[in-house]
Amino acid sequence: MSKNKNTIAILSGKGGTGKTLISVNLAVAAGKSVYIDCDVEEPNGHLFFKPENIKEEEIKIKIPVVDAKKCSGCRTCVDFCKFNALAYAADSLIVFDDVCHSCGGCVLLCEQKALSEREKIIGRVQRGISQNVKVYTGILNTGEASGVPIIQNLLKDITNEEELIFIDCPPGSACIVMESIKDADYCILVAEPTLFGVHNLQMVYELVNLFNKPCGVVLNKCLDAENPSEEFCIQNNIEILGRIPFENELGMLNSNAEIAARQSEKYGDMFSSLLEQVKKEVGL
Amino acid sequence: MIIAIPTEDKSLDKKVYPSFGRAPFFLLYNTDTEESQYLDNSAVLSQGGAGIRAAQVIADNRATVLITPRCGENAEKVLTGAQVLIYKAIDASIKENIDAFSNEKLTLLTDIHPGFHGNEQK
Amino acid sequence: MKQLLILSGKGGTGKTTVASAFINLAKAKASADCDVDAPNLHLVLSMHDEPILSDYYGLPKAVINKEKCVSCGLCRQHCRFDAIDEDFKVDTFACEGCSVCEAICPAGAVEMKDAVAGELMLYKNDRVFSTAQLKMGSGTSGMLVTEVKKQMKDHAVCAELAVIDGSPGIGCPVIASISGVDMVLLVAEPSVSGISDMERIIKTAQKFLTPVAICVNKYDTNLENTDKIEQFCNEHKLPFVGKIPYDKEAVKAINSGKSIVQVPCRAGEAVRDIYEKTLKILNK
Repeated sequence: MSKNKNTIAILSGKGGTGKTLISVNLAVAAGKSVYIDCDVEEPNGHLFFKPENIKEEEIKIKIPVVDAKKCSGCRTCVDFCKFNALAYAADSLIVFDDVCHSCGGCVLLCEQKALSEREKIIGRVQRGISQNVKVYTGILNTGEASGVPIIQNLLKDITNEEELIFIDCPPGSACIVMESIKDADYCILVAEPTLFGVHNLQMVYELVNLFNKPCGVVLNKCLDAENPSEEFCIQNNIEILGRIPFENELGMLNSNAEIAARQSEKYGDMFSSLLEQVKKEVGL
Repeated sequence: MIIAIPTEDKSLDKKVYPSFGRAPFFLLYNTDTEESQYLDNSAVLSQGGAGIRAAQVIADNRATVLITPRCGENAEKVLTGAQVLIYKAIDASIKENIDAFSNEKLTLLTDIHPGFHGNEQK
Repeated sequence: MKQLLILSGKGGTGKTTVASAFINLAKAKASADCDVDAPNLHLVLSMHDEPILSDYYGLPKAVINKEKCVSCGLCRQHCRFDAIDEDFKVDTFACEGCSVCEAICPAGAVEMKDAVAGELMLYKNDRVFSTAQLKMGSGTSGMLVTEVKKQMKDHAVCAELAVIDGSPGIGCPVIASISGVDMVLLVAEPSVSGISDMERIIKTAQKFLTPVAICVNKYDTNLENTDKIEQFCNEHKLPFVGKIPYDKEAVKAINSGKSIVQVPCRAGEAVRDIYEKTLKILNK
């Protein structure tokens, strides 16, 4: 957990609800802030911020490599590997990088000490700036199994950040989402006013409760109609932080990757109000 | 020689299984003795790397030919390393595939697909 | 049985809405929901019976027997996933099932036990509907997707057409969805991020030699981007099968658990047209 209570994670049960819209615009409304894109399979925040002065860091994991001269063909490693990343054919060991989970077991167990490790790049982290928002983007290379090491790198120094930190989380409730919210002080759940939306809200609400994170809901794409997600919040005493109406103007700005809070005074005010509400809930 | 064929059931009249790595069984057919042996495919339970594991099993059982409709690149690497030739199965029963192979009617499988963790660069 | 898969790349584009409409129009006897992280299709399919449930086991996870444990700490030292705490308890969310701890434990205190990673559900009356829910915190779901499809195929032997609601994203579960289907219908969103995801999915489907057709949902939220998508299809000789307007009536239909072709609405009309065009291609 960070020293200052300044880390806010934004998540939803599924994609397309408005996580990025809300995290990007709240970061802008906060003035000086940090925006961290943990949706490493499909990072989108950078499309809006178009950050400059980007410093890039490659993220690597360790993959076994065999010294053929020392290998006795005992196949202890092949039999051990739970991920089937090793095979033995024609008197040589084959290592399958893309299936390896980097557990280090084979290296540990090789009696001949024929296995050592080399680094494999699985993605990168870009740190840049967009006006007064620090923009950190995690990118997982296509086909790689786990984005967890990238998220760990993205979040490693956040306790040193004094400004408000907004973490744009991956959709769903898999382990990468859990990794993203581990250090959060507060979680904003984004929900759509549909039957699908409330179903997914329930799921992600369960997740944040599991991690004992205080949370509130932002209802997005609201229409003048029944809102099953709103009803869910009322029934479960979940704080509704704000309601963002479905408006063509906002949708248009968003689909053109423009930051509404920067382009329009109306939306600038809307997100500032939302930010104030969030800060009140977090206790800032 | 021993021919390996992925199958759903322990019968020569069944069709060849549509995929290699996760076929429930492998038929090991000995062309000299005309004997059939069925192996449970342990790779079926694997989360990942099923093709690799299945290929290892085929190679360890001394098959020199594999007849399959599809094969992933990781499995192909193991099979080629073990000098197992991969032939493209025809849409017919296992018996018909074995006969087609004996009559040299089958072609080598050249269309190897990328693994389930495929790379964009390819 | 011909299998039609509906994909979108980005979440929230309308995959499930389109899938449910197609199932309705085709009176499909077989259908499946491969979005095992956040399955939604069952909410609009009016399935009245209880499903047949079965456990889905992922990789076995480590369990430490406190009585045998001698607290030597070797397991903690070698666990690359920080899954073992100071009390030698295993965090099942972090444990990846590599079994290094089991191999290295001098006291035989670690056992790899079957871990339920999800639940498969099969609805079977006059039609077959297969779906599943991945448990929170679970890792890759590609295999569960494969199980969902297999369950559908095993129980719907006589069906002529199967409509499959695919996984969102571009990773392993999507690839598992594509494997073995006869055609992909891509529902695209007219936004910068939507177009980027659309391109990645097309590349993936083409690697599997699967024909792809594209349609745009909520096209009137951004006409310029919709044109871009149509142009892209023309340039790459991909069939563009139609566009669906944003429609409040459609949202209302979904919220009352109906598919959009069961009520009179503009979106429903547009989807009918897309359905005709898609089936023509599928049955060629």
